[in-house]
Amino acid sequence: MSVTGLPSASGLPDLRQVTPVDEVGVNERVARFQTRSIKKESKIEALKMILSMIDLTTLEGQDTPGKVRQLCQKAIHLHDSMPGLPHVAAVCVYPTMVGVARKALGDCDINVASVATAFPSGMSSRKIKLEETRTAVAEGADEIDMVISRGAFLQGDYGFVFDEIAAVKEACGDAHLKVILETGELGTLDLVRRASVLAMHAGADFIKTSTGKIQPAATMPVTFVMLKAIKSFYFETGRMIGMKPAGGISGAKLAVHYLVMLRETLGNAWMTPEWFRFGASSLANDVLMQLQKQATGVYQSADYFSKD
Amino acid sequence: MKSQANKLAFNDGWHYAPAPESTDHIRIDEKYDLFIGGEFVAPEEGRYFETINPATEDTLSSVALATETDIDRAVKAARKAYNGPWSKMKASERGKYIFRIARMLQERAREFATIETLDGGKPIRESRDIDIPLAAAHFFYYAGWADKLAYAFPGRNVRAVGVAAQIIPWNFPLLMASWKIAPALACGNTVVLKPAETTPLTAMKLAELIQDAGLPPGVVNIVTGAGETGATMVNHPDVDKIAFTGSTSVGRIIQKSLAGTNKKYTLELGGKAANLIFEDAAIDQAVEGIVNGIFYNQGHVCCAGSRLLVQESVADEVIEKLRERMETLIVGDPMDKNTDIGAINSAEQLETIQSYLKIGQDEGAEMYQSSCDVPRRGYWCRPTIFTGVSQSNRIVQEEIFGPVLAIQTFRTLEEGLTKANNTPYGLSGGVWTDKGAKIFKVTQGIRAGVIWANTFNKFDPTSPFGGYKESGVGREGGLHGLGAYVKMAT
Repeated sequence: MSVTGLPSASGLPDLRQVTPVDEVGVNERVARFQTRSIKKESKIEALKMILSMIDLTTLEGQDTPGKVRQLCQKAIHLHDSMPGLPHVAAVCVYPTMVGVARKALGDCDINVASVATAFPSGMSSRKIKLEETRTAVAEGADEIDMVISRGAFLQGDYGFVFDEIAAVKEACGDAHLKVILETGELGTLDLVRRASVLAMHAGADFIKTSTGKIQPAATMPVTFVMLKAIKSFYFETGRMIGMKPAGGISGAKLAVHYLVMLRETLGNAWMTPEWFRFGASSLANDVLMQLQKQATGVYQSADYFSKD
Repeated sequence: MKSQANKLAFNDGWHYAPAPESTDHIRIDEKYDLFIGGEFVAPEEGRYFETINPATEDTLSSVALATETDIDRAVKAARKAYNGPWSKMKASERGKYIFRIARMLQERAREFATIETLDGGKPIRESRDIDIPLAAAHFFYYAGWADKLAYAFPGRNVRAVGVAAQIIPWNFPLLMASWKIAPALACGNTVVLKPAETTPLTAMKLAELIQDAGLPPGVVNIVTGAGETGATMVNHPDVDKIAFTGSTSVGRIIQKSLAGTNKKYTLELGGKAANLIFEDAAIDQAVEGIVNGIFYNQGHVCCAGSRLLVQESVADEVIEKLRERMETLIVGDPMDKNTDIGAINSAEQLETIQSYLKIGQDEGAEMYQSSCDVPRRGYWCRPTIFTGVSQSNRIVQEEIFGPVLAIQTFRTLEEGLTKANNTPYGLSGGVWTDKGAKIFKVTQGIRAGVIWANTFNKFDPTSPFGGYKESGVGREGGLHGLGAYVKMAT
């Protein structure tokens, strides 16, 4: 019995062999992470690390070039009155906004991430998904956030999902591929683990919890199961895979607990924006408020922090 | 698994700053007298002994050494309270007093947790999140039974036993006091309780609380001392019931001295529990369960999962994951809120554990310890596992009572059960599998009082606890726990 199942000739592992997950045990472990007391310099360090790991996101039907340009400004200038802050890791937008974001970010080293493959439902033909991916990359996307075909996955058509991810990975060229499992639609932690294993074997550089369009989005138990899958994959193949919880992480305290979980599961090698991201829009300002509180001892009103 | 090449790093980079629990909200007196007849009285011979903080070796306080005269006074006070108000009181009134103790414990939980950790060395997280809340829960639970005993023993007419002498260990000082006192009071008995000599402080704090709660004098008496004091209690002719939790060797002496007397007794003794991990288990959570089973409370747990039996096909994977998980355990200052493993309770216990580490190596087993640093002062033992051990090894057969795990493998379920049962003990056990049928087979096949499935070391006041074979006699907790404190009249 293997942890992730033995890959077949095509590289598709036997997902029925994936080690089971016990939900009660997972919740218990997660609760322990949340009892960690992070104070003083370790808190400040964590808050800054969180800022540097954020994929600042806007994924609305009502997005406009103006809105995206504002978001990019915020990405570069998080809170200029506070010196020594890092910038976020990336801005995350729809494919039509990639060009705008690329231009707005200029030559600063913030990545442009684009969702693709008929985000958020993934209900389109492979041809169109691949075309959308190529277009986003051509427009300047450094990272592609794809969604898996949940219908096919839940039906047990693992081969279809595997091939699709592999094809999108190829279409990405040099761009990094994040594979969104949409865990809120998978139903059980066993399936979350299976989907993680599938995505990693198919070529994902990152695995990501959610689109943010379905509830529940990212949760600590789901993220923990994915981190465990990443760990097993690393032990088996030597390859590091990144992790991105997205949606529902709006508080600094919760984000710090995610870092605790990351540190105690995968260790310090993963604690950089290269290997861990938060997909979030309102998290940054809460982190900034906490940093301000650490520096001055008092909370400032939300009006002192630019919304976007 | 190619894990040797792909090690994870947990020690560099971001770390947690110290987060110590403060001590400015507690008061520890320089010395504590005996709590007899509702008052604190000096011991007859005037002798005291020190209790220290095992994490720093600093002296915390001095407590009275009770001798024969003192025990006699305590038993007399308990008898007087029993004959007087307590046995004649309406059961619902008795219940009110116990409820009051429970509520006051909750209110003063932080103080109790802090002192428990200072005196015993266990991590503040455990005192705060487990010991103290669970102690209060026991008082709440048994308070509810006080006026409902007729429902606990339908058709029988039950009476209190009388005066109970209760001797408790150092691993869960306040929790064990609550396990003993709560059911005794609920059934209408009065008690003389002796905490362990290394951890007397929360019991003395409980004495203060009981005084504040206004319990009639003599219903609860708390005396301090070592083994000799305990022996005096056991042999006192006017004691009706003995409740002892501690080592099997002392339990044996007690049982011998009780032979031919009319005293009721319950003995909760040692254990050498096996955790059985099957290949179809949720391995990651099973590893977590192993850690919780043996490293919880520094392994100072009578029902600790001190033996791991892992199915051959997943043995390498489980052991590798376990070693790696051990690296993330934070060992050190028990007062730090992030500490997972605190100090060994006493120099004596540390010596015992170390002697077993040597025995294990001499027996040819391979020892692995986590690489953490431990403080220079105080008593410490790194989380330890032994592989390559045999059923005949002493580290498999004998209770170590420390953070030391002996790992064996099995091929079939039957072999697993045989190995699990093949020790003199039978207190607890654990099974990890995704298959329900296997859980039932194992729970029916292991001769132990408590068996956990896909979890470990879970306690609840409603659940009976106790052992088979050399693990003891009788049950504590739950409905069964009441039986130890009543006499059946009809």
